[in-house]
Amino acid sequence: MLTVEGLRSRYGRIEVLHGIDLQVQSGEIVTVVGANGAGKTTLLRCLSGVQPVTGGTITFRGEPLVSVPAYKRLRLGLAQSPEGRQIFTSLTVEENLRLGAFLFSDERVDRDMEDAFQMFPILKQKRNLAAGGLSGGQQQMLAMARALMGRPTCLLLDEPSMGLAPIIVSQIFDVVKNLKALSVTVLLVEQNAFGALKIADRGYVMETGRIIMAGAADELIADPRIREAYLGI
Amino acid sequence: MRLTPKAATLLVLALLVALTPFFFPSGYYYRVGALLFVNGIAVTGIVILTGYAGQISLGHAGFSGIGAYACALAPTHLGLHPALAIVLGAALSAVLAYLVGRPILRLKGYYLGVATLGFGILVSMVLNNERDLTNGPDGIDVPDLGLRALLETWGLDLTNGQFWYFFCGLSLILGAWLALNLYDSPTGRALRALHGSEVAARTVGVDVARLKLQAFVISAVYASVAGSLLALQNKFITPDVAGFMHSIEMVTMAVLGGVGSVLGAILGAGILTLLPQVLTVFAEYEQMVLGLVMVLVMIFLREGLLPSIFKAIRGKGE
Repeated sequence: MLTVEGLRSRYGRIEVLHGIDLQVQSGEIVTVVGANGAGKTTLLRCLSGVQPVTGGTITFRGEPLVSVPAYKRLRLGLAQSPEGRQIFTSLTVEENLRLGAFLFSDERVDRDMEDAFQMFPILKQKRNLAAGGLSGGQQQMLAMARALMGRPTCLLLDEPSMGLAPIIVSQIFDVVKNLKALSVTVLLVEQNAFGALKIADRGYVMETGRIIMAGAADELIADPRIREAYLGI
Repeated sequence: MRLTPKAATLLVLALLVALTPFFFPSGYYYRVGALLFVNGIAVTGIVILTGYAGQISLGHAGFSGIGAYACALAPTHLGLHPALAIVLGAALSAVLAYLVGRPILRLKGYYLGVATLGFGILVSMVLNNERDLTNGPDGIDVPDLGLRALLETWGLDLTNGQFWYFFCGLSLILGAWLALNLYDSPTGRALRALHGSEVAARTVGVDVARLKLQAFVISAVYASVAGSLLALQNKFITPDVAGFMHSIEMVTMAVLGGVGSVLGAILGAGILTLLPQVLTVFAEYEQMVLGLVMVLVMIFLREGLLPSIFKAIRGKGE
C-alpha cells in the first residue's frame, strides 16, 4: 500500500534521513521504533507532506506522492495524527471532529462521529467543551478520532504514547490494534518500542536517519540486540 | 429559552439600532451613530481575517479607500449609479485583495503585517498623487446615493442623518449576520483551525493558502463597503480614508473590543468612535487617553473587552 524508497530529507544543510526504505502492506500494522532524534518524526512528516523531500520516492496505492501537497494527501486516503497531537485547542471537541471530516459533507459524517464516540466515550461527554481543556490522554484520543473522521485507508500515527500515563498508553495501543478490524492500515512511529512492537505485525528500527533492522514484530522483540538497546530488558 | 450566540448578537445589534435613537438629544447623534456603524462594518471584516483566521493586515484602509473613491469616481466617469459604484468598489477590492493576497499570504506574522502595510500606503499614495483623477489631498465630492429621495416618494420621510443612521445600521446587521454564519460553517471552522495550527489544518485536508486568501478577500470587501458608505454619507472624501492611521484604527478597534467576537469588535468600534466625541473638551490629550486605554486592555484583558467580561460573568456563575 505504502512504499518508501531511498527517502532523503534535510533541515537546512543537515541531512537527517539518509535513504529510508520501507513498505506497508494493506491491512498491516507496521511500526517504526527508535530513540529520540533517530528521524522517525521527520519520516512521518515527509509522508504527510509537511516536510520537503530531497531524494527518493514515496508511492501510495500506486501513485507517486512526493509532489502531492499535504492537504491533498488525505483525499488519497492517507491520514495523519501529527506529533504533539496538534488538536485545535480553541475549538470544541465536536468541532475538531467535524474538521477531521472537512472533506466530506454527507450524512456519514454524523455516523462516523458516533463511531468515534463509541471508540472514545469520554469524548462524547466533552463534545461541547474546548479541546484545550482536555487532559493529555483525551487530547491524544481526540487527535486519533479526528484523523479517523477523514476516512483514511492508511493512518500515520506519530508518538501516540508520548507523555501519557501507562494506563492510558495501553488504552491507546488497544485502539490502534483494533483499527485492523476497521480495515485501516497503520504506520505507527514510537519511542515506546515494546508497546509498539507488541501490537504491530512488522517493525523497523531506526537509528540516526537509517533503518538498521527490519522484521516481524515478534522476532524483533525476541532479538537480543533490540532487547538491550530499546526494550531495557 | 437559551439563545445561540449568533441570535443573541443579532438581537443586541437590532435593539441597539432600533432603540438608541430614542435617547438622542439632537439630530447630530444620528451622524455619530452612522459613523459607528460604518466602523463596525470594517471591523467585522477584521474579525474574519484576524479573529477567525489569525492573519493580520495593517493596510485594510487601502480597501476602504478603493470603496470610497469608487463611489466618488464611477458615477461621474463611468456614469454608474452610486449604488452600483458600491458593488464596483467591492469587486475591485476583492480582485485586488486576491492579486495582492496570493503572494503576501505566504508570509507569516510580522511579515504579513508589513506587506499589507505597504499595500495600504501604495493606495494612499495613488489617491494623493493622481490629482487629475482624485483631486489629490484636497478631497473630492461624492454624488448622492438617491435612496433617501426614493424613500420619500414612498412616503418615508427621513432626515439625512436618520436615513444614514438606519441604512448603515441595517448594513452592519447584514454584515454581522454573514460573518456569524461563516463562523459556524465548515469554512469558518477551517479558518479557526488554521488559526490554531496550520500543520494540523493541512493534515485534515484544509488548503491553508486558499482559505487564508478567501478570508483576506472577504475582509477586503467589508472594508471596501465601509469606505463606500462613509464617502456616500459625507458626500465628500479625502485620501485620509486610505491612510495608515485608519488601518491602525480598524485593528485597534477590533483588538480592543475582542477580535474573536463580532459583537466585541463592534463594541470596540463603538468605544473608539464615541471616545473622541466625549473627549473633545481636552482634545489635545485624546491620543494619550486612547493609548492608555489600549495599553491597559492589552495588559489586563488580553482577549479584548467583551470576551473578558463574559468570562468574568461565567466564572462567577459557576
